[in-house]
Amino acid sequence: MTEIQNFTMNFGPQHPAAHGVLRLVLEMDGEVIQKADPHVGLLHRGTEKLAESKPYNQNIGYMDRLDYVSMMCNEHGYVMAIEKLLGISPPIRAKYIRVMFDEITRVLNHLMWLGAHGLDIGAMTMFLYCFREREDLMDCYEAVSGTRMHATYYRPGGVYRDLPETMPKYRSNQYRSKKEVNRMNQNREGSLLDFIDAFCEKFPGCIDEYETLLTDNRIWKQRTVNIAVVSPERALNLGFTGPMLRGSGIEWDLRKKQPYEVYDLVDFDIPVGINGDCYDRYLVRVEEMRQSTKIIEQCVDWLRKNPGPVMLGDHKIVPPDRVEMKDDMESLIHHFKLFTEGYNVPVGEAYAALEHPKGEFGVYLISDGANKPYRVKIRAPGFSHLASLSEMVEGHMLADVVAVIGTQDIVFGEIDR
Amino acid sequence: MTESYEALLARIDTRFGDQMAVLPTVCGELTFEVDKKNVRGIAEILKDDPEFAFEQLLDVCGVDYLTYGEAEWKTESATETGFSRGVEREPVILDESETFDPCRFAVVYHLLSVTRNYRLRLRVFAGESNPPIVQSLVPVWNSANWFEREVFDLFGVLFDGHPDLRRIMTDYGFIGHPFRKDFPLSGNVEVKYDPEKGRVAYQPVTIEERTLVPRVIRDDNRYSGALKESFNDD
Repeated sequence: MTEIQNFTMNFGPQHPAAHGVLRLVLEMDGEVIQKADPHVGLLHRGTEKLAESKPYNQNIGYMDRLDYVSMMCNEHGYVMAIEKLLGISPPIRAKYIRVMFDEITRVLNHLMWLGAHGLDIGAMTMFLYCFREREDLMDCYEAVSGTRMHATYYRPGGVYRDLPETMPKYRSNQYRSKKEVNRMNQNREGSLLDFIDAFCEKFPGCIDEYETLLTDNRIWKQRTVNIAVVSPERALNLGFTGPMLRGSGIEWDLRKKQPYEVYDLVDFDIPVGINGDCYDRYLVRVEEMRQSTKIIEQCVDWLRKNPGPVMLGDHKIVPPDRVEMKDDMESLIHHFKLFTEGYNVPVGEAYAALEHPKGEFGVYLISDGANKPYRVKIRAPGFSHLASLSEMVEGHMLADVVAVIGTQDIVFGEIDR
Repeated sequence: MTESYEALLARIDTRFGDQMAVLPTVCGELTFEVDKKNVRGIAEILKDDPEFAFEQLLDVCGVDYLTYGEAEWKTESATETGFSRGVEREPVILDESETFDPCRFAVVYHLLSVTRNYRLRLRVFAGESNPPIVQSLVPVWNSANWFEREVFDLFGVLFDGHPDLRRIMTDYGFIGHPFRKDFPLSGNVEVKYDPEKGRVAYQPVTIEERTLVPRVIRDDNRYSGALKESFNDD
């Protein structure tokens, strides 16, 4: 009889199911995994070090590039930390806009996760469906900030500008007939809020569609039920947050427990899993999309009724209006100072945390009173999730590694930073 | 500071006394300074005692206080030499000394209690030995594993009792600890394809570091406590 031996296998860093640049060194016993050793850092850009060399506002753009599928939530964490140290609070309309875009971002992130997770374990149609809806949300990003992904929309003291009254429209060309363009522009005739409203109306139906494809699907269940079960105690000890923690049955959501912005004024529920396996985490995230839609609807209603400023008027922190600058010396000086030097943040340290789509995203900021942060530490939720990958895949088959990477919702921009 | 935090502060005070020194609170957050010899013991109590119930270690952050409070732009002498936007950097001196300033490297822990819904921050100075070393918290909270690896990689702080202290972020075979303040922003080496050797090779960096906006510290009276209070009194 031939001797059976453990062998070591390399997975990635260039593998479509590695969700970026993950390299796994797997110790295998036949097809069963004994140990997994993730090698990360292939996307390390030193964001925290770079942030130390730039004035506060110039770093907001770096935050978009952390978790590049939930851009505005990253900005939110950083901006909140600065606001905490400065002791300022944005106008209420800005808070509602932030909450609305945080939830749009959550839907964006979960759609990306659902599409990729589905694709990884064999449900290819999901990817196409999810990206169809993502496109609409990307258009919201574009309408409000000018870019589809890296928005730099949140600023200390509010948001960069108010919601636009018109949506960008498609134009007909030699490939697209007038009729087709009219159909595509159908819900783009009104303002951004009308567009979001129309999206909220159709989106629950889309979620139903995803669920018809997956929730009771035999293959989907075979691939996810009882895979990578994490007990609540282990989930806490391993530093899990967000849907990973809720999937294990712990009711913990910063939006409810430590509300920031206006989350205490909107109505929503926290979905919680029971078994702590991949399937429960799937259910939790899908339900979160429904709850997010509910929050977005409430924000749209409020924003329609309550116009107002979206930025503070304190020109020591917020640049003055362009028009104002033309004939007001004071504004010109403020503008010059802000764009050549930035503003100084009082000495101290602050930790601002928020419920990012992936878990708790925290920014720990140390200021020594300069115009640049002394130290920025980004607490990325995915980092502690990936750290527990070995524990989660132990004893599972090789094919389940892909399911676990999918369920952890890994994005390397935030893990490697 | 809310009531629950005041109660927590009182409980910690009675339980630990001098072992945990409270630092001035900013933004309603509690920070304690802990001696590096006591970290593990304190961490165990904070986690297991239902009185505190800090089930989660959310973050471990290394800090290098080498240039804390130093500005790059000296306005006093500017009238003689003229203003300049560019900042001339001091040559980088790598730390090869036997000892460090005891307050140079710190490790900051962020704890969260899910049952009691509060947070806590612990700061530990890593001492003056080169390399600096503190106790590992992996046996208490397993989430510390990668966080401590990261601090080791980026700051060169060792963790006593860590099961697997390897580099995590930097390249295989990297030299130095990039987040130390005396490590240049542009790094020391860059990679390029060497056609003669037929492989990727390292070479010293060719880009020059430049500062567009100098680091400025201004005395801003809006943030001075005394002035704020006098406003409130009016």
